Amino acid sequence: MLAMNYRGPFRVRLDRNKAEPEIQHPQDAIVRVTRSCICGSDLHLYHGLVPDTRVGMTFGHEFTGVVEAVGAGVQKLKVGDRVLVPFNIACGTCPFCSQQLYGNCHESNSEATAVGGIFGYSHTAGGYDGGQAEYVRVPYADVGPEIIPDWMDLDDAVLLTDVLPTGYQAAEMAGIKKGDTVVVFGAGPIGIMAAKCAWLFGAGRVIVIDKLDYRLEFVQNYAQCEVYNFLSIDDPVLFLKKLTGIGPDVCIDAVGAEAAGDLFHTLTGRKTLLQAGSPTALEWAINGVKKGGIISIVGVYGPTGNMIPIGNVVNKGLTIRGNQASVKRLLPRLIEHIKNGIINPKEIITHRLPLEEVSEGYHIFSAKRDNCIKTVLIPPRAVA
Amino acid sequence: MESKNQQTPGHWPVDKAEPAEKQGGDDMAARFAHIKGWGIDADAENEPTYPMKHWNGDDRKGLNYDRPELQPVTVEKLHSIERPSVSAVFGTTCPPTGVSGALRRHAFKYSEGKWAHWLTLLVADRVNAVEGIIDDIKQGIFPNIIAERGWTAEWKYNRKGMVKNIAIGVAVTAAVLMLLSGRNKKAH
Repeated sequence: MLAMNYRGPFRVRLDRNKAEPEIQHPQDAIVRVTRSCICGSDLHLYHGLVPDTRVGMTFGHEFTGVVEAVGAGVQKLKVGDRVLVPFNIACGTCPFCSQQLYGNCHESNSEATAVGGIFGYSHTAGGYDGGQAEYVRVPYADVGPEIIPDWMDLDDAVLLTDVLPTGYQAAEMAGIKKGDTVVVFGAGPIGIMAAKCAWLFGAGRVIVIDKLDYRLEFVQNYAQCEVYNFLSIDDPVLFLKKLTGIGPDVCIDAVGAEAAGDLFHTLTGRKTLLQAGSPTALEWAINGVKKGGIISIVGVYGPTGNMIPIGNVVNKGLTIRGNQASVKRLLPRLIEHIKNGIINPKEIITHRLPLEEVSEGYHIFSAKRDNCIKTVLIPPRAVA
Repeated sequence: MESKNQQTPGHWPVDKAEPAEKQGGDDMAARFAHIKGWGIDADAENEPTYPMKHWNGDDRKGLNYDRPELQPVTVEKLHSIERPSVSAVFGTTCPPTGVSGALRRHAFKYSEGKWAHWLTLLVADRVNAVEGIIDDIKQGIFPNIIAERGWTAEWKYNRKGMVKNIAIGVAVTAAVLMLLSGRNKKAH
């Protein structure tokens, strides 16, 4: 089958002869992929920043498809079902899944206890091949996959596997009260959704900070928010204090490990990997948010450590919350929002490429060419 | 490949943790009756993890849950030493091989809190990239680095910048070569 094949940092290619996945467990399903996105967090893999990313692996944790085969223990899905597959691999029965922490499953990742299994996201997240291929193995098929309603566009469905739930949970974790001022760092797909969803929780003011004008322009229109380019700001923390009077009520870090804006963090976090990524956005959030404020982190960082002003967290009495989105928990509400026209996720898709152009797709997204915001890969057998 | 992992649980032995009945239940007030004021300010509504977590106490009794059916171990599968065995289900792609595989096996001797674990894995990843090129050549495939890096898209969308970067690269390389050749002449 056709499949994306990782060859090393900044190098991916299309493999034309990858073996098709097989049922390996009674609760497995095999899904023929109909849509697969390149996620901002895939870029951390692409850039070689995530430990235990092995050559030959297929990435892709945001995908939809059609069920082609099911294991003997699968009861809810049948061959032919159109499904959207949450990026978390969750057993549904461990102590964490039973409390709806589907992103923290204890029975889907052997290699690390700190993260649950994720499709196509290195062996640190379980060593599963992902959905940037024609077929993919989906474990615990009765737990994660959701049947796509007939009325739903596939492009909306694929954005329900990660982007929208993660943005929504970023706003949810921020504990936004009516009238709150919310600052979102990052105008990538997740930041865009976080800004959009902040209004749903009653925000009174939503501000987005990024360095790319085309993305700021997009989020300004899509999420009706204020936008600022930090490249034109000397001191973003001071700027936020002056802009909001005392600091925003809430800051959301939707950037993660590859943040720009601080030479020290760039050198130590991105170039030399002495930190688990560059925590510039998180540092601005900690220093910028008001005393007693809340910081919500959905940006992805590595597993080692970061230099952040933790003393200010204590002195300011901040609450910090973070997690991988619990997609399954959020799906019913978000499907309702799409059905009611509250959110139209597919508007963020800027590039639809055949799977065969996966190398170009990664480069365009990574280098931010052609005003790229979100790229969807479409396999040749993607007839729904 | 059957392994001892198939018989072991996904958690450490229960006697290392508090059994569930000790963590909650109606008898708690009685058990802590000797502590003056025990629990008088407890507030069930003060649950900052909600709604992210629908707390039901399962993570306190967590060592007693029924594991899903275990996936047979058919390839070499490394697991964190912070858990006694592999997870019930796991990915089987790209098992460890070669020098990078040896490095990965070494990395998994350290827990997830150790830099030795993660940095060794990062080194293994870089070695693996070189192994990938060697494997390609062995199979008669010469890696098309330009295509793999997606530079055709760069040519399409940022031709001017690409030409500029190539020119800078060529100039710097030429300067370094000239400098080195000049030094060699002096040495002779």
